[in-house]
Amino acid sequence: MVDRKEYDVLVIGGGPAGLAAALSASGTGARVGLIEREECLGGILKQCVHDGFGLVRFGQMLSGPEYARRFIDLVEGSDIAVHLETFVHAARRLASAGGGYVLECVSRDEGVFEAYAPALVLATGCRERSDRQVFIHGDRPAGVLTAGLAQHLVNIEGVLPGRRAVILGSGDIGLIMARRLTLEGMEVEGVYELKAEPSGLSRNLQQCLSDFGIPLHLLMTVVEIHGKRRVEAVTAARVDLRGSVIAGSERLVECDTLVLSVGLIPENELALSLGLGLDPSTKGPKVDQGGGAGEGIFVCGNALHVNDLVDYVSESGEAAGRDAAGHALSIGAAGGTAAPGRRVAVKAGPGFLYAVPQFIDLSRPGPAVIYFRVNSTLREGARVSLSAAGETLLGKRYPALRPPEMERLEIDPGRVPEGCDSLWLELERKEADLG
Amino acid sequence: MAETRRFVCIVCPRGCALEVDVDVDVAGEGKAVLALRGNACARGEVYGRSEIVDPRRSLTSTVRVANGKRRRLPVRSTGTIPLPRLREAARALDGIVVEGPLACGTVIAVDFLGLGVDIVATDQLERGM
Ligand SMILES: Cc1cc2nc3c(=O)[nH]c(=O)nc-3n(C[C@H](O)[C@H](O)[C@H](O)COP(=O)(O)OP(=O)(O)OC[C@H]3O[C@@H](n4cnc5c(N)ncnc54)[C@H](O)[C@@H]3O)c2cc1C
Ligand code: SF4
Repeated sequence: MVDRKEYDVLVIGGGPAGLAAALSASGTGARVGLIEREECLGGILKQCVHDGFGLVRFGQMLSGPEYARRFIDLVEGSDIAVHLETFVHAARRLASAGGGYVLECVSRDEGVFEAYAPALVLATGCRERSDRQVFIHGDRPAGVLTAGLAQHLVNIEGVLPGRRAVILGSGDIGLIMARRLTLEGMEVEGVYELKAEPSGLSRNLQQCLSDFGIPLHLLMTVVEIHGKRRVEAVTAARVDLRGSVIAGSERLVECDTLVLSVGLIPENELALSLGLGLDPSTKGPKVDQGGGAGEGIFVCGNALHVNDLVDYVSESGEAAGRDAAGHALSIGAAGGTAAPGRRVAVKAGPGFLYAVPQFIDLSRPGPAVIYFRVNSTLREGARVSLSAAGETLLGKRYPALRPPEMERLEIDPGRVPEGCDSLWLELERKEADLG
Repeated sequence: MAETRRFVCIVCPRGCALEVDVDVDVAGEGKAVLALRGNACARGEVYGRSEIVDPRRSLTSTVRVANGKRRRLPVRSTGTIPLPRLREAARALDGIVVEGPLACGTVIAVDFLGLGVDIVATDQLERGM
């Protein structure tokens, strides 16, 4: 018989989302188990040695490890059971009354064990898109790596990946790595972006590229990698607005390293194995304002949708932990059933990439946070409003909205009128942006 | 001669687009700030002005760990360093080696390169194993 550990709430993933979820669940009195496959807590923050974390939450510019440390210290001072170097390789739902979940775990110290809880929090983060998902001709010699791997090599292992790098994609991690590699003595030839607009934050374009005179080539991509054992050069080319390569625009760029910063995708293998459907626009499960995906599963952080600010990751973890604990404790009290409240759908109108959560549970007290991204840059300011059955519930003006920058709105569920089944998020552009 | 410089405020994630009217002297070096627009808060004003006269950045990096299972310890400068000296400062960190155990916030180098800032650890190091 495999050893089975029982908790009220099980959190998978010890990054900022999982840390916040475990703390808020534990704060309500729930027994919490936190499972992390790596040697230490902190998730991706361990390798983010740059600063810029925690401005919203702490009003300070912290480095990734400093931000994580504030939560790790609280976890270590609590009675949360932390299982490190433990990988959850399968999860299943119990069919018996009350349901709940059993996780099959493999741990370095504890061997093979099972963990049970009526509520599950998925805080598994995201993974990077790699060269297999990007179309580039040529061999795959040494020297082709993702920005996150480059960051791990430099910041954790203390190894430089090469001498002269080309960066493909203008995502934030790529920009941060352009600066990091430059400061460590590598030459960064340039950043190539397929789209007409950079995908990273403006402040990162300034402090990671402009500060060091690193050129950003918009509407350009890498079409071929040269070199047998090690990258010797890449072919870069111009593309049109539809992303098609413009014939004759190719040029050879000598380099020994190609860093890919072409996007992140929520990590949801466990969610899929538990039968949760994914929202095609966020690539994460569909949830309510507490990350509830139904039947006692809660999702938060980058597993839900890719966040640019860790402060909001922690916020979503807190909501998920609180609601997961509420679910577990109400099941205990009700002897097996937790009644779902009335839900309304949140729908994003034209001009948005997505809105999260996809539902709001009206029975839940306290304000619900709606996070959203627009699909094109609005420089002159725009008003975002939330309406129900033709009635505007609230509106907020933003000085500028850009696709890389996630924004948020808060709504009091008590203000949603009786009888309506969806809320619409709408964008009112100023005249200047219409042209 | 006056000219307008446009750049992004990097003080917070909002990233306001600043416009600064600068009185440029004969040598072409921006010296006096005439007007500043686009900042949503007072910190942006301070940043925008100093960016013209004396651009500065904080430095974050890692240093080598001599013992223990971790190879690198993340560090930062306690204040800002003149931008033109950032690379030199980052290279100089290569010469620093630390040993655990060590608490987050421990000063690793005092008045680093005479720049008036200290270098501190931004994570803790457990005892070497
Ligand atoms: C390179 C980079 C730079 C960034 N820069 C900034 C910045 O400057 N400012 C800012 O505010 N934000 C920044 N962010 C964003 C923010 O830090 C991240 O969005 C946030 O850390 C994500 O937290 P998370 O907990 O959702 O995921 P993660 O930190 O990725 O944590 C997920 C954890 O789950 C574990 N896990 C996954 N699957 C399993 C399993 N099956 N079993 C056990 N454990 C598992 C993983 O090991 C990992 O520790 C950056 C992000 C990245 C990637
Ligand atoms: S001006 Fe103020 S609000 Fe705008 S980016 Fe700078 S610090 Fe942030």
